[in-house]
Amino acid sequence: MNADLRPIKTQAETALAEAFAAAKERLPGGREVAARREAAFHRFEARGLPSRRVEEWKYTDLRALMRDAKPLADPPGRARPQALADALPGIAARRVAIVNGVYVPAWSDAEAGDPGVTVTDLFTWLADNPDYPLDRDSEPIDRALALNSAFMTGGVVIHVKKGASVAEPIHLAHVFSGEWAAAMYPRTHVIVEAGAQLTLIETFDGPAGLDYQVNGALVLSVADGATVERIKVARDGAAALHLATIIGSVGAQANYREFTFTTGGAVTRNELFLRSAGDNAKIRIAGANLLKGRQHADATLVVDHAARGCESREVFKSVLDGESRGVFQGKIIVEPDAQKTDGKMMTQALLLSDTAESDNKPELEIFADDVQCGHGATAGRLDENLLFYLRARGIPPKEAEALLIQAFVGEAIEGIAHEGLRDILSERVVAWLEARQ
Amino acid sequence: MLEIKNLQVTVDGREILKGLDLTVDKGEVHAIMGPNGSGKSTLAHVLAGKEQYEVTGGTVTFDGVDLLALEPDERAARGIFLAFQYPLEIPGVTTMNFLRTALNAQRKKRGEAELTAPDFIKRVREASAKLGVDQEMLRRPVNVGFSGGEKKRNEILQMALLEPKLGVLDETDSGLDIDALKVVADGVNRLRSPDRAMIVITHYQRLLNHIVPDIVHVLSRGRIVRTGGKELALELEAKGYAPYHDEAA
Repeated sequence: MNADLRPIKTQAETALAEAFAAAKERLPGGREVAARREAAFHRFEARGLPSRRVEEWKYTDLRALMRDAKPLADPPGRARPQALADALPGIAARRVAIVNGVYVPAWSDAEAGDPGVTVTDLFTWLADNPDYPLDRDSEPIDRALALNSAFMTGGVVIHVKKGASVAEPIHLAHVFSGEWAAAMYPRTHVIVEAGAQLTLIETFDGPAGLDYQVNGALVLSVADGATVERIKVARDGAAALHLATIIGSVGAQANYREFTFTTGGAVTRNELFLRSAGDNAKIRIAGANLLKGRQHADATLVVDHAARGCESREVFKSVLDGESRGVFQGKIIVEPDAQKTDGKMMTQALLLSDTAESDNKPELEIFADDVQCGHGATAGRLDENLLFYLRARGIPPKEAEALLIQAFVGEAIEGIAHEGLRDILSERVVAWLEARQ
Repeated sequence: MLEIKNLQVTVDGREILKGLDLTVDKGEVHAIMGPNGSGKSTLAHVLAGKEQYEVTGGTVTFDGVDLLALEPDERAARGIFLAFQYPLEIPGVTTMNFLRTALNAQRKKRGEAELTAPDFIKRVREASAKLGVDQEMLRRPVNVGFSGGEKKRNEILQMALLEPKLGVLDETDSGLDIDALKVVADGVNRLRSPDRAMIVITHYQRLLNHIVPDIVHVLSRGRIVRTGGKELALELEAKGYAPYHDEAA
């Protein structure tokens, strides 16, 4: 079969092409950026929206799931959205407001007295750094990322200087606040220099009734000896489409850990392409999805071990109720020179209904001979014997179930270093369970 | 307090209890002894309300209430406690959280106020000190990584805190060395009271040296075939269960 043979454009593909043609003149950035947008859109257009025939998208058929493409969101209005304040109440952090995909300095915390870190508007920064990579320029081209590179509507660049330790986490509060469904393409670049430390929190919030679309990108560079924790809390409206891609590299002796917590959105896909570029880096990628109704959430990650002695851990938990579907695709690549790699991947799904579905696809591609790699995947119901044990102690069935589900998700949440976030996410699990009953 | 009449129970279509009668009054400690497969654990699980055990005939009355009509958690709140032969591990739930959730759920069901945190902690400290359970164990997930002895002590700790009217101890001695057995037995003995009854289920007589029963029953092939005083246990130790196989056959 000819790989170039593609079916006619879908409604969404046509709408994307029209939206790009209409928007490209007024999208921000100079001529350099405009040229790169154009190239990125061509990369996307040559391939189109991925269907289930594309192996990486087998379980998340975007061609079918993305019925149409929304017009670009209007710039934020005058009223500060309440969702900004509600995103993570009680967490001390430097707030950066990204509303409708645009950085809003007026609603963000002022430059604090932290000399080790700068937060700069994306396009201001790109003007000074015209050659900075926006995309993976080699195969496989990621189509969601290519769309973001074409449409990117705004965002910030966070730069932590060598050896600096950022006391307060930086909180990127992404909010969609429109009257009608639209699309936003926020982009963040994070550069953490050698020996520096950063906690980055990203939240995504939006109204329940609108089928708005988010396509976010994060380009991450963690230099030698740096320590970065990233926590993403995706609480999009129930009808939203959420695509997010991270590309990043982690240097020698560096420590990168991240946690993604997804409860919102109709269709969510989180992609991560991470390369351990220096020896003895430590990487932990974890997440929890709590889904109900017809929600669909996909975590697809590729960890490429390119250097010696690196450790990677992946821990994903899904709680799936109703007709929801949780997808996990994890690939560990160990390149020929990456001896002494220690990679482990564990994914577990708890099915709360007969109609929920869990798809797990772990992959190991190992080209070195002195490595330890393993993966495990489980999917199942709550253990009847455990439920009986709890009930025999007087705990009513719903409460017993809730306790076991909390414990199940808790094992993943425990790995978050930031204590306040750990507590908030534990509370959100409880709230999710209460809403279910 | 507990009255079991002609109880018949099947598990996976197999009849295990075939017309069991047993009456337990408050303050009494009954031992139920019997060979493997006689139905001892089935009796324990049926009293606690495990679903897989199907009651096909007979009645169980507890304090005048039809016990078989109640859910497991309702039975617990009314004062039935089963100490499991194989206590389960609950990853992610600390022992402390488990104990507090159980205690408050029972109190709520009985219309009592939930315990305040300091009040609860005081009770746990007292009860665990008596059983030699250290505080570190309370902060660990329930039974995860516990030794056999620690698991059984944890069961008795739960019983001490939940203060049941009827404690059913299912082979609490299994898997314990003699030192651990003594600690557990001492814990049980401290819980003996004029208002509390206990059913001690065991295969071996040695546990009954430490928890001395008022009444001993022999269970064989789904029925109680003999009842006597504590000396019956010694007789069983000497002669074995073989005579009762013949009697029941």
